[in-house]
Amino acid sequence: MLRKRATRFAAHRRLPHPEVGAVIASTRLLHTAPSRSDGSSSVSRPLSRATYARGFATVPDLPAPRKPLFTKILIANRGEIACRVIRTCRKLGISTVAVYSDVDENALHVQMADEAYCLGPAPSAESYLRIDKIVEVAKRSGAQAIHPGYGFLSENAKFAERLAAEGLVFIGPGVQAMKSMGSKSESKDIMLAAGVPCVPGYHTSEPVPVSELEAQATKLGYPLLIKAVLGGGGKGMRIVRSADEFLPALESAQREALKAFSDERVLIERWIERPRHVEVQVFGDSMGNVVSLWERDCSVQRRHQKIIEEAPAPGLSDEVRKDLSDKAVAAAKAVNYLGAGTVEFILDCDTDEFYFMEMNTRLQVEHPVTEMITGQDLVQWQLEVASGNPLPLRQEEIPRIGHAFEARIYAENPRNDFLPDVGPLLYKSTPQPSESLRLEEGFPQGSNIEVYYDPLISKVVAHGRDRTEALRILKKALEEYHVAGLSTNVEFLKSLAGNEAFIGQELDTGFIAKHRAELFPPISVPPPDVLAQAALFLLLREQPLQLPSLSSPWRSLAFRRFSDIYERHFRFQQDPLLNQENPSAISEVTVVSSKPGLFDIEVKNPNQEPTTFWDVKAQMTSPTTVSSTLVSQKVHTTVVQQSPPPTVLPTATTTDRLHVFHEGHKTTLLIPPPNYLLQIAAEVMSSGVIRAPMPSLVVDVRVRKGDEVKKGQTIVVLESMKTEIVLRAEVDGVVKVVGCKKGDMVEEGKELVSIKDVP
Amino acid sequence: MAVTMATWRANAHAFCRSTMRTRSRAYHPSIIPSKVVPSSEDFVTRAAAMNALVGELDALTAHARLGGGKKAMDRMRSKGKMLPRERIAALLDPNTPFIELSALAAHDVYPGESIPGAGVITGIGRISGTECMVICNDATVKGGSYYPMTIKKHLRAQEIARENLLPCVYLVESGGAALPYQAEVFPDVGHFGRGFYNMAQMSALGIPQVSVVHGISVAGGAYTPAMSDYVIIVRNQGHIFLAGPPLVKAATGEVVDEEFLGGGEMHASVSGVVDALARDDEDGIALARTAVGDLGAASGSPAQPDQPPEDPLYPASELHGLVGGDVRQAIDMREVIARIVDGSRFREFKADYGTTLLTASDGFAHIHGYHCGIIANNGVLFSPSALKATHFIQLCSQRKIPLIFLVNVTGYMVGSKAERGGIAKDGAKMVRAVSCADVPKLTMVIGGSFGAGNYGMCGRAYSPRFLWMWPNAKISVMGSGQLSQVMAGISKDPSRHSELQSTIEGQSTALYATARLWDDGIIKPTDSRDVLGLGLSLAKRQSLVAQLSRGSVSRPNWDGHNTGFGVFRM
Repeated sequence: MLRKRATRFAAHRRLPHPEVGAVIASTRLLHTAPSRSDGSSSVSRPLSRATYARGFATVPDLPAPRKPLFTKILIANRGEIACRVIRTCRKLGISTVAVYSDVDENALHVQMADEAYCLGPAPSAESYLRIDKIVEVAKRSGAQAIHPGYGFLSENAKFAERLAAEGLVFIGPGVQAMKSMGSKSESKDIMLAAGVPCVPGYHTSEPVPVSELEAQATKLGYPLLIKAVLGGGGKGMRIVRSADEFLPALESAQREALKAFSDERVLIERWIERPRHVEVQVFGDSMGNVVSLWERDCSVQRRHQKIIEEAPAPGLSDEVRKDLSDKAVAAAKAVNYLGAGTVEFILDCDTDEFYFMEMNTRLQVEHPVTEMITGQDLVQWQLEVASGNPLPLRQEEIPRIGHAFEARIYAENPRNDFLPDVGPLLYKSTPQPSESLRLEEGFPQGSNIEVYYDPLISKVVAHGRDRTEALRILKKALEEYHVAGLSTNVEFLKSLAGNEAFIGQELDTGFIAKHRAELFPPISVPPPDVLAQAALFLLLREQPLQLPSLSSPWRSLAFRRFSDIYERHFRFQQDPLLNQENPSAISEVTVVSSKPGLFDIEVKNPNQEPTTFWDVKAQMTSPTTVSSTLVSQKVHTTVVQQSPPPTVLPTATTTDRLHVFHEGHKTTLLIPPPNYLLQIAAEVMSSGVIRAPMPSLVVDVRVRKGDEVKKGQTIVVLESMKTEIVLRAEVDGVVKVVGCKKGDMVEEGKELVSIKDVP
Repeated sequence: MAVTMATWRANAHAFCRSTMRTRSRAYHPSIIPSKVVPSSEDFVTRAAAMNALVGELDALTAHARLGGGKKAMDRMRSKGKMLPRERIAALLDPNTPFIELSALAAHDVYPGESIPGAGVITGIGRISGTECMVICNDATVKGGSYYPMTIKKHLRAQEIARENLLPCVYLVESGGAALPYQAEVFPDVGHFGRGFYNMAQMSALGIPQVSVVHGISVAGGAYTPAMSDYVIIVRNQGHIFLAGPPLVKAATGEVVDEEFLGGGEMHASVSGVVDALARDDEDGIALARTAVGDLGAASGSPAQPDQPPEDPLYPASELHGLVGGDVRQAIDMREVIARIVDGSRFREFKADYGTTLLTASDGFAHIHGYHCGIIANNGVLFSPSALKATHFIQLCSQRKIPLIFLVNVTGYMVGSKAERGGIAKDGAKMVRAVSCADVPKLTMVIGGSFGAGNYGMCGRAYSPRFLWMWPNAKISVMGSGQLSQVMAGISKDPSRHSELQSTIEGQSTALYATARLWDDGIIKPTDSRDVLGLGLSLAKRQSLVAQLSRGSVSRPNWDGHNTGFGVFRM
């Protein structure tokens, strides 16, 4: 079953190197450290060791000799984090073993690793969560240790136990720490004992009757929060604002907890109205040393998941910051913590009081912001301590320079309640990494974002001398980050990075709900210059970038008309899902060329005066770039066409799309299919074959073979992008073929049901 | 051995070309030096005059483009139809050029009637990668009916298609002959019937004939689709019948509706008159593009240039100031050539012979990479210039190099010295050479084309593949100056002189000529190089038939390959 693949080493040359950013940041630190003026006391002595400057921190004055790092490790993960770990391993000369599922055969992490092994089919439970297979691969490949990344098995104590039993090193904390911190109520007890403040509430690891919970709730007062004991990711969580809401909320929280974690125990605690999510990065070694690498603010969340993170947390006094660090270190020490961990706190905006929330026993998604401000490579730290070495730096040696942001680019649709999207990365163009900009990429252009896994595409990490600078760098980078093929949150992240309240540090976990109106401005009609560029793209892409030297004038004299005038009309439509006010509004563009090489472009938006651009010079400078002179301004626009597969019948929404990246904004335009194509589609439909209009899940099949159906009757119900699609019979007839069943994942164009016409 | 020899030659030839190309970037004696002073008073005056003429041409063309006017267009649109020009735009490959022919045909020809473009749009453009002749009825103009000029334009387009081996695409929507003019459109050799004769002939020659029926196609008009190799009809819109319902009722008493009598569905499923049924105009055009894509070898082979094209060294815009609006002013033809040919390089033939009055320049050049021989003149032709031209035409004919005539001729020299020197004999040599030269000829009238000079310089009667005129061009039996003198000599009523002179002058303009199809259209001076390049490219095309008939490569004759009758509609 295990398949070994030869890996392509050349792949990594094309990748951005996050280490570069980290290393330079630390170099810069050396220069700026003496003149720092923000009064932070964290750096107590000048850092001059060259080793430190290179990011290879060592602690020469500790007595124990340094143990060698592993020679080969297995990375039990995929996507950007697997690539991230592989890069550090490469730097240190450690061989890497990748594992993958069937759909990831050509994934970036598979290409980058020295060896790669297939685990099985796409669903996580049959691949990335298969402990037995991962252990088998580790043994077969000779890996000494396993890096779990985040998610999947990273916080699975059983996995860690099994590895220990097999004589393999788990790059992470000890089993006991994982278990303790995995349980919300147990972790709370430990914290309280260690003097770490916790949110007032009722915690118990035993199942308790509802009446007891209700009594405790009354004692605690409202508003309060009901949380699953084993919870995470917002599952099994309910906010209750008054006593009469308590019982229904409890019931639904328990139901959800049971479904998600097979455990219906819940705890209740005080609900903080304006909380900030502040977390501290801690690191422990096997000698019992624990240090804090400062805090991060991850308050801006959607669906209880982080979306943008920064370090350090803005607006904290030195006292609060030190207190946070101390309490986090105390928390880690309380469980003899080893390796990278994160202690999460709720910080009450109104009082600056903070409470322990939970501890994540893994390297987190947002670790790069900490790396940027400290100049450290945390994966390298993990490898050091997992090998039994002491922590590379002592607490007082850990720098904190400037400010860093991380924006997570997800395949999701922010305007549709941030629901995840899947599909191809048809086009991806990223900003140029620099000393202040780091990209964590897991999926190159051409990959597919699969329905089975986390929809994180990549992370953009920006570092600046202060928050304003870092935010500016981040926003610019996001403007240059172009993705087409599936919905992403890039546009949303841009409006977030440019939001006044966000710039003004008005952070709390309800940020998005509070500022929804500013973050989601109404979709306006596409600006005339965007439409003009889209039309020019359709016009110019017919012409090859470079003509062969022996070209007939019938090719080279493009767009020329003799005794006539060149004139073409284009029609564009916005995505009806986005433009709900006027879903069928058509924008019309007329391109006229009356002088050789010059175009006059008239743009007509519905209910607007037409705009005309005169004497536009335009050419394609790459297959996706239109360079034109619009009103004497030279503009470069990236346009990517996305066509549905040829098996899909054209409809108002399944038609060619143009993704236009113009002046930092992305606009998606639909090209309405010509009437005759719609007619053909209607005729084919009325032939009785019902096809899936997009990749989707079959929610229900309402007919069986031999059933008589009437025109308009519901035949199949699909779900795609969390939207229900009802497919109805186009004709009266008898069901001849049923080609799908409930629960199937069907691809676009798949024949679902065939109905034989009965005249 | 022969193969090796041929290969060696080809290689040697390629090598010479490549070295020539490298060398051509530097100065070469064949480059025509330009002595133009754009700030001179003469240049500015001439430029202004030509600008005015070009502006007038633009205005007239823009008006003709409107066809039957906005009302007629709106009526067509309201029926869900595309306008004729929209059909053509959709038919052509989107990024390719299009030469519209005789856009101002029938201008001011029919008293009291405006028939813009003679009610038919013809032109050459690329469809699915193949250069084709497009013949499109403009139903906004008198329902697309055939006036005498409409027929002439239609037949001329077919002639061009036949000579240049261009597949024909007919976009049909016409009520047939304009009945008030039936005597001038129906019976003669150059009348309605000739169009179908041409279709049969071309089909037999392997030149495909494709029709899209967008609207009514009735009576004689019904034969356009019926004579085609491949026919597409638009459902609920196209109708083909020999007689419409009223005539059927009158003739036989049968009461029948249009759809049953000749609708698309009927012809597609019952009569077999059409081969494909389109849902709407756009679909019909898309089907026609596919049909042309499926022509295979019958679409002819594309003609590559002989060497990589190069732009001239001097701007074409200076042609305006070089030529001006008055044909009596001398034009320096070498300056004109320098703005038309590749790299402004002109290998002049007998440069020092017959140049007493700077009258004639003959020589070899490339335009858009196509090799050609150019015969240019300025003013009057003397015996030596006629002999030089005759010699040059023979050379080109022998070498299969197409000829381009850049015309500004007042005629052959008159007077006793010339007559006694045998100018009639020498002029006749040139006319004979032009008539019989077996190479494609393209004529561009840059100034005057008067008297026998019109014949010697490949006028319409000498069947050039194309004949274009500049807006300033004049064409008549003699210049208006001489004409008034001759008139004065023979007429007894001096009051009529000026009237007659102005009539003759009006009849000698490019506009008068183009309205009567004496040319293939008026071309802007700045477009000259491009249309000549396109024309040379067409002239170099080869057809399936030419390949089949092996021997006569240049112009396959009727039945030259024994395929007989062309495609019968079954």
